[in-house]
Amino acid sequence: MTTLQTSAPAQAPTAYTPSLWARLKVNRNWMAVWFMLPAAAFLILFLAYPLGLGVWMSFTDERIGRTGVFVGLENYQWLWDDSIFWLSVFNTLLYTIVASAIKFVIGLYLALLLNRHMPFKAIIRSIVLIPFIVPTVLSAIAFWWIYDSQFSIISWSLIKMGLIDHNINFLGDANMARGSVIFANIWRGVPFVAITLLAGLQTVSPSLYEAATLDGATNWQRFRFITYPILTPIIAVVMTFSVLFTFTDFQLVWALTRGGPVNATHLMATLSYQRGIISGRLGEGAAIATAMIPFLAAAIAISWFGMQRRKWQQGSNND
Amino acid sequence: MTDHALQTKAPAASQNDDSDGMSYLESLPRRLVTLYLPLFIILVVLLFPFYWMGLTSIKPDEQLIDMEKYNPFWVVHPTFKHISKLLFETQYPRWLWNTMYVAVGATTLSIAASVLAAYAIVRLRFKGAEAVGVLIFFAYLVPPSILFIPLASVIQAYGLFDSPLSLILVYPTLLIPFSTWLLMGYFKTIPYELEECALIDGASRWQILTKIVVPLAVPGLISAFIFSFTLCWNEFIYALTFLQSTPNKTVPVAIVNEFVDGDIYKWGSLMAGALVGSLPLVILYAFFVEHYVSAMTGAVKE
Repeated sequence: MTTLQTSAPAQAPTAYTPSLWARLKVNRNWMAVWFMLPAAAFLILFLAYPLGLGVWMSFTDERIGRTGVFVGLENYQWLWDDSIFWLSVFNTLLYTIVASAIKFVIGLYLALLLNRHMPFKAIIRSIVLIPFIVPTVLSAIAFWWIYDSQFSIISWSLIKMGLIDHNINFLGDANMARGSVIFANIWRGVPFVAITLLAGLQTVSPSLYEAATLDGATNWQRFRFITYPILTPIIAVVMTFSVLFTFTDFQLVWALTRGGPVNATHLMATLSYQRGIISGRLGEGAAIATAMIPFLAAAIAISWFGMQRRKWQQGSNND
Repeated sequence: MTDHALQTKAPAASQNDDSDGMSYLESLPRRLVTLYLPLFIILVVLLFPFYWMGLTSIKPDEQLIDMEKYNPFWVVHPTFKHISKLLFETQYPRWLWNTMYVAVGATTLSIAASVLAAYAIVRLRFKGAEAVGVLIFFAYLVPPSILFIPLASVIQAYGLFDSPLSLILVYPTLLIPFSTWLLMGYFKTIPYELEECALIDGASRWQILTKIVVPLAVPGLISAFIFSFTLCWNEFIYALTFLQSTPNKTVPVAIVNEFVDGDIYKWGSLMAGALVGSLPLVILYAFFVEHYVSAMTGAVKE
C-alpha cells in the first residue's frame, strides 16, 4: 500500500524518484514514532523514570527538602531489623491472601447466581456494580461510621438481638481492625470479580448443560467439568488483577485506620507513606515501596506462565 | 490478546441469553432458597453502606447519637442541614470543581494519546509494535503505591507541587495503558478493507484515523472515557501526596483530611460529603451501564 501511494504522484511516465522527505512521510516506522509520541512521553516521564528514580532513592538517605547521598543498602538493613516493617509485610500478605480468596469465592458464587434466569436481571446486574463505581475513600468513610466504637449500627443491632452486651471495638482492637478492613476490601472487590466472571459465564452455551444433564451429570459435575474449565482463563486474569490491586492497596486502610491501632493494620503501602511523606524520610519510604516490587513481579510471573501454558495446551495462536 | 475466541462467541451467546434454558425444571420453592434468598442477602450487604450514608446525611444530630429513643434504621424529621452546611459553609464546591477539572483534563489527554498509540500499534504495524503493546500492558500493572514517593520529587522538581495540574499530568500514566488496550481491541474489529480503500483514494493516515477509525470506534471511546473518568475520581494516593493547601484538594482527600476534627457531630456532614461526592459517578454510571461493563470486561479479556 505504501508503495502504491508513493508512486501515485508519479503520473508522468518519466522515472520519478520521490524525495527523501516524501518517502519518509509515508514510512510506517517514522509515522509510528509520531503516533506513539504523546503516550510514550507520559509513560516515560511519569512512570518509567519515577520507577527507576524510586529504586535509586531507596539507596540514598534523601529527606524532604534535602537531596540525599548514596548510602548503599543501609535503608534495607535498617528495615531488615525493623519489626514494624515485617509486621507490615505480614499484614499485606494476610490482607491479600484472605481478601482475594474470599472475593474469588463470593464473586464466583454471585456470578453464578446472576447468570440464572430471573426477572429484572439487567437492573440487578447494574446495581451489583455500584460499590465498585463509588470512590473507595467515600465508601470507606461510610464503613468508618458503621465501625464507629460508640454508635456502630452493627453493635447496636447485635445488642438488640441479645447476642452481645457491649459495643464491639471494630477499629480499636488489632485483630478486629484487620478483619474490619479486610471485610471492607471484600465488599468493594466482589462486584468486580462477579461482573467480569459473569461476562465469561455468558459465553458458555446452555446446550452444554442440557447435554450434560441428559447424560446424568449432577449440579456439581456440571460446574466442575463445564463451567470451571471454560472459565479458567478469565479467572486467572481477574484474580491477577484482584491480587495486584489488593496487595498495593492504600486508600481503604488509610481512610479507615491510618495503619493503627499500634501499626496492626499497616500495609507496606501505608507504611511507605507514613515513613516517606509524613516523617519525611523519602529514602526509607522508597525502600519500602521498592520491597513491594519482587512480590508484584512474582504474582505477575505466576499468572503469565499460567496463561502461556494454557495457550500451549489449547494450541491457540490468536491475536 | 488471549481470548479472541471468547469474544467472537459472545454475540451468539448473548442472543440466547434470555432463553429459559433448563430453568423451567426448577420449582419455585427451590428457586427461592437457591437463588432469590442468597441474592437478596448479598444485595442487602452490598447496598447497606449507601443506605446508611444517605440516611445519616439527612438525620438531625440528636437522632444520630441517641439510638434508644429513635430507631436508628429510620429518620423521623429529615433535615438538609448537613448538606447545606457542606455546600455553603465549607469549600466543598471548590473541591468538587477541582475533582471534575482534574478528571476531565486527565481523561481527555489520555484518550487522545491512547487513540494515537492504539492506532499505531494495531494498524501501522511498525517494527516492534507487539513489544510496545506488551510494554504498555506492563505499565498497567505498575501500581501508584510504589511510584508516589519518586513522583513527589519529580513533581517538586518541575515546580508543580500543590497544583491540580500535577494530577492532570500524572493520572494519564494510570489511564493510558488501560485505554490503549481497550481501544486496540476495538480498532482490531474495524475492517482493514475500509482503510485500504481510503489509502487508494489518497487519504493520509491522519485522515483515515479521524474520518474512519475514530467515528467507528465511538462506543469504545465512550467506554474508555467513562472508565478513565471513574478512575480519576477514585484516585487517592497521588492527590494526597501532591496537594497540600485546602482549596486545591480533590473530594476524596478533602473528605479524609478536612472533616476529621474529633467532633461527634461531624458524621452528618461527613456522610453528606461522601454522598454528594459519589452521586456524579453513580448518575454517569446509570446512563452508561453497558459501556462501563464492556470497558471493565474488555480490559480483562484482552
